[in-house]
Amino acid sequence: MIEGILIGIKTALSFQNLLMVMIGCFAGTIIGMLPGLGPMTAIALMIPITYGFDPATGLILMAGVYYGAVFGGSTSSILINAPGVPGTVATSFDGYPMAQQGKAGKALAVAAYSSFAGGTIAAIFLLIAAPSLSKVSLSFRSPDYFGLMILGLTAVAAFSSKGNFLKAMMMCVFGLMLASVGQDTLSDIPRFTFNTMNLSDGISFVLVVMATFAMSEALTIILKGKDPTKAAKQISLTELGSIKLDAGETKKMLKTIPRSSVLGFIVGVLPGAGATIASFLAYGMERNFVDEDEKQKFGKGSIQGLSAPETANNAACSGAFVPLLTLGIPGSGTTAVMLGALLGFGIQPGPRLYETNPEIFWSVIMSMYIGMVVLLILNLPLIPYIARILAVPRTFLIPMILFFSVTGIYLMSFNNFDIFLMIGIAVVATILRLYDFPMPPLILAFVLGGLMEENLRRSLLISDGSWAFLWNRPLTLTIMITILLIVIWQIYDSLKSNRR
Amino acid sequence: MLSKFKKLISLVFATVLLSSISSTSFAIDKLHFVIGGGAGGGWDGTARGTGEALTKAGFLKSASFENMSGGGGGKALSYMINTKPAGTVLVQSTPLVLRSITRHKGYVKGSGVLSYKDVVPIAGVIGDYGAIAVAKNSPYKTFKDVVDAYNANPKSIKMAGGSVRGSMDHLIGALAFKKAGADANKVVYVPYDAGGKALAGLLSGETQILSTGLGEVMGARDQVRIIGITAPKRVSDAPEVPTLKEQGYDVQFVNWRGFFGPPGMSGGDKKKIAKMLGDVQKTPEWEAVRKRNAWVNIYNPDRKFVSFLKKQTKEMTNLMKELGVI
Repeated sequence: MIEGILIGIKTALSFQNLLMVMIGCFAGTIIGMLPGLGPMTAIALMIPITYGFDPATGLILMAGVYYGAVFGGSTSSILINAPGVPGTVATSFDGYPMAQQGKAGKALAVAAYSSFAGGTIAAIFLLIAAPSLSKVSLSFRSPDYFGLMILGLTAVAAFSSKGNFLKAMMMCVFGLMLASVGQDTLSDIPRFTFNTMNLSDGISFVLVVMATFAMSEALTIILKGKDPTKAAKQISLTELGSIKLDAGETKKMLKTIPRSSVLGFIVGVLPGAGATIASFLAYGMERNFVDEDEKQKFGKGSIQGLSAPETANNAACSGAFVPLLTLGIPGSGTTAVMLGALLGFGIQPGPRLYETNPEIFWSVIMSMYIGMVVLLILNLPLIPYIARILAVPRTFLIPMILFFSVTGIYLMSFNNFDIFLMIGIAVVATILRLYDFPMPPLILAFVLGGLMEENLRRSLLISDGSWAFLWNRPLTLTIMITILLIVIWQIYDSLKSNRR
Repeated sequence: MLSKFKKLISLVFATVLLSSISSTSFAIDKLHFVIGGGAGGGWDGTARGTGEALTKAGFLKSASFENMSGGGGGKALSYMINTKPAGTVLVQSTPLVLRSITRHKGYVKGSGVLSYKDVVPIAGVIGDYGAIAVAKNSPYKTFKDVVDAYNANPKSIKMAGGSVRGSMDHLIGALAFKKAGADANKVVYVPYDAGGKALAGLLSGETQILSTGLGEVMGARDQVRIIGITAPKRVSDAPEVPTLKEQGYDVQFVNWRGFFGPPGMSGGDKKKIAKMLGDVQKTPEWEAVRKRNAWVNIYNPDRKFVSFLKKQTKEMTNLMKELGVI
């Protein structure tokens, strides 16, 4: 293993590869920052460029773009509440309120430190645990996945603190309904497709995110015509506020980062989950861990609420490489694109990659560390300059958001229908926003709903219709008990605060 | 009126394009591949691999690729039929036959079910045999062990596959059970939404056998034991893997992958592309691509391809009726 690490360092530190990491991180940050262009688009753009490169170099470039995009996505989440990438949706829950309170600089710094820490810690895990971790993830069965999805849904409670419990639940159900559109993955029966092929693959996640966040946010600003000074303040990024954190804030982050990195990494390792789910889970989990004061701040600009998803999404990015490199199973849409690129290089990822192409395996891991440092440098001192891209007046910014939303969605599917569908959902979401319905529960339910249903039905199929799978295996039982405890504790908690 | 006008325009364009192609050169030097699925899938690998071999071996100056996922490949298919793009081929495989038997009615105006007859079959190029695999530590060593266990307790065998009920993965396994004299309809088939996930399901122990394409499990031979393939004889890339036939179950099935032109593609163009696809298989560049993907060459051009498709449609219809999926 030491030998492998040395090969990796040597490959990753060559001039060409260092340059590639930097280019990748820079390009990724900018692409990720623009709403609508995510890591998948960014990596897809890199495939033709890397054609003819040495495989390790190409993969290093693409990995750089990947972290960069997730890193950059947080900037637009915080500053304009338009998540650049799905993995940073949860970042906007607390990041955007912070920016509105004039603490944008601080929010960006929290995001940068958390991303750096999450990514670096996860890369260390990857280094130590890649070979054995693939075994752990392989022991996860359908009931366990089902449990994890329910665990994720308990995070809905986090958005109901403003006395909008009913509204949050309604949005959650709405999200589950949207998730059920399309051919179901077990029996191929089309549901709610209205006999059009455009809906037969379901509604894409990015589309829902763009519609309910970027577009409806832009439309709400127009409709409310609200408060131009505030809008101008958040958008004229000349006043980002200080990026320094005080001791109390650092202390809070030091508690959040370790647990969120571990969670993010594990979720990233699981096939089928990725940065997005990791960030939501971390957000929900963090809310259950923090003290009473901090919990009141969740959704209104909590440092820990911002740090948790930012740590977890970067940790998950590193984690997603475990199944990709060791099993050839892509853990997310983005790693699926990378798998395609790898096959293009003539490399078959799998258990034997470790032996057949050690230089690739190790240099990618080593380039992660370098990438993290490059990103920290890029994101801390340079962010005010890079963020200027977003620092345009509202009259330009809103059309730009709309433009990137529409082109972004079109570039993903090359289907006009998606544009109309997105506008339709955005209009509905805008109306709901005007009546104070929270959007995050919808997204959360939309992400988890499909997987939850699929794994539940598969579990039932395997157990011949018996529900015993919920407690038959220790792993599932543990997850289920955790869920029960969280729910009971939430009820107890709300009863207690009602009495007060 | 408008559609007439559109037709006229496209006719004019098509004529201009066609005439420019035929007048400028003999050979086709650019080819655009339409892929009905996302990056990293089987169609994607076939198109990109073939394109790579064709350009590297000098048959093409350039190849371009376009992923157009939707409706299980139906969107790309209807795109070919509706827009009839010039210089473009569509990659397809056995599911095209299955689709024409079962589903996706009425997506193209004026036509019933989309099938291979709506596009121009150019050639089948590669094939992938079906495979039945178990985890390395499984007590089942041969397909007979599985059948015996199934006969003793039908509930003890759960069969995983990388796609929905009624898909190719399901049919491969069902066919094997049927030839073994078991009631294929009662075998519990557990669908996953990708081959990789089905493999993970098998390795986690929640299913006992995996029925899928050989290509899907070739890379995972460290973790799984392939107990039977649907080839007529053993394949050279995995000589240790037994066929189902040699175990006494005469199951033969090949998942072909091939290329189709838009409706109205000229006979000349079709022949040129078919020839190019055949010739490239003799080059070392192709061999390199083939080897890394563990493909099986089954060059099957033009008319032979059409009659093969006809035959497969008939066989599959019978099997699916028997399974009650249609």
